Amino acid sequence: MQKMNRRHFLSTSAAASAALIGGLRQPTEAEAAGVDLTPGVPTGVNSSAIMEALPGKKPLIKLSYRPPNYEAPLEYLRTPITPNDEFYVRYHLSDIPNVDVKTYKIAVGGDGANGQAEITLDELKKMPAVEVVAVNQCSGNRRGLSKPHVQGVEWGYGAMGCARWKGARLKDVLDKVGLKKETIEIGFNGADGPAVDKTPDFIKSIPVWKAVDESTIVAYEMNGQPLPHFNGFPARIIVPGWTGTYWIKHVIAINALTKPETNFWMNPAYRIPVGKFPLRDRFITQENATTTPITEMVVNSLITSHRDGAKVKTGKVTVSGMAWDGGYGIRAVEVSTDGGKTWAAATLGEDLGRFAFRPWSFNLSAKAGKNSVMVNATNRIGQAQTSELIFNPAGYHNNVMQNITLVA
Amino acid sequence: MRTFAIAVVAALIAVPAAAQEKPIKLKPGPGLDKVEANCQACHSLDYIQMNSPFLNAAGWDATVNKMINAFKAPIDEADAKAIKDYLTKIYGT
Repeated sequence: MQKMNRRHFLSTSAAASAALIGGLRQPTEAEAAGVDLTPGVPTGVNSSAIMEALPGKKPLIKLSYRPPNYEAPLEYLRTPITPNDEFYVRYHLSDIPNVDVKTYKIAVGGDGANGQAEITLDELKKMPAVEVVAVNQCSGNRRGLSKPHVQGVEWGYGAMGCARWKGARLKDVLDKVGLKKETIEIGFNGADGPAVDKTPDFIKSIPVWKAVDESTIVAYEMNGQPLPHFNGFPARIIVPGWTGTYWIKHVIAINALTKPETNFWMNPAYRIPVGKFPLRDRFITQENATTTPITEMVVNSLITSHRDGAKVKTGKVTVSGMAWDGGYGIRAVEVSTDGGKTWAAATLGEDLGRFAFRPWSFNLSAKAGKNSVMVNATNRIGQAQTSELIFNPAGYHNNVMQNITLVA
Repeated sequence: MRTFAIAVVAALIAVPAAAQEKPIKLKPGPGLDKVEANCQACHSLDYIQMNSPFLNAAGWDATVNKMINAFKAPIDEADAKAIKDYLTKIYGT
């Protein structure tokens, strides 16, 4: 394990010593290991979480070694662009090869394609390039906060990041083979695979309308650099607005499909109950009477400047954070300091596009004692966050408004 | 894409990419040997710590069954029972 960076060490040691000086309790295993866990995650996470740096990464919160699931601490989410070495890591299967760019190629075909093609990394880079700033968020971000708890990777707030992705349009890649009119879905496979041959390979599909959207790309650059190994080197699918499950890393196959993809990862995995969330994007070829695949992200926000229970001085305090949604763009972020009775507009920061993190900040006047801070983001079609958890068995789409306490 | 993965791993380049996994020490209890012998073939044992202690016997039952039925983990019936009992007793509610 590499050393923690200094700012993280300072914040965690301050939290740990505050707890100890108070004499209230012993530090948890995670606190002793320098990890600031999101309040509310299962207590067992205290035993598994440590700060650990994967090759090429700064220390992230290790939730599981194999497959590797590492989340970003709050400190890494304070900028609208998340640096590559601070970006979270999420895998389903543990056989993750080092892809050799000399032999790497993407096979394009499928029963819905008129032909077949193989595209090398060089060929991909020679195609017309586009850039999109987009949030990549795991479907299960904040799963650890589900009440009751549900099984899975018990993420806090940090299974997300926002990057400037550069690549070729998926539509242009598909044009190399041509689509039959019967094509209903486009499927993706990555080079990563299971430890046991019979475990279902991680294969995902999206509706053809989403695949040919001008913002959907096959990216080979992230923030001006090649993709980090753990974020999909040398190329991954970028599906702006939609949750990370479709953003296949190390992509090696793109298939036009005339029948719905039916493997485990499309059904029953990554499904939400029909009609429970205020979503617009439908994946009709996969819907059934009770469940439908997860699609676009719900509107959400995160306070990144302070943790719940943070000590502040009385007087002016600037609270800040990020807001994002499924691709409509953020219209407003509002803050309440009276438990939700009245709301005031936060100041929005730089607009990097409708798929990006939108920074916001708010000045409040802290009084001695406890100060409540609630945040609610609204997107450009008027969708806002929920005040009560919309429970679902996989713990997806948690956009409950935060309500933290600052202590002055 | 197991075949592909093997081909690529065979042509390994120099960058170390794997996480440096440290042994996970689970709490002692009857059946721990079966957990260690079966579960970590596919995933590190921190998954068990992380998913605790909120699953009851039915929850751990469903989880182990998912590993066998959905993920095709080659676990025999006797071991599966020992694993479920261990998880319920040591990491259950």
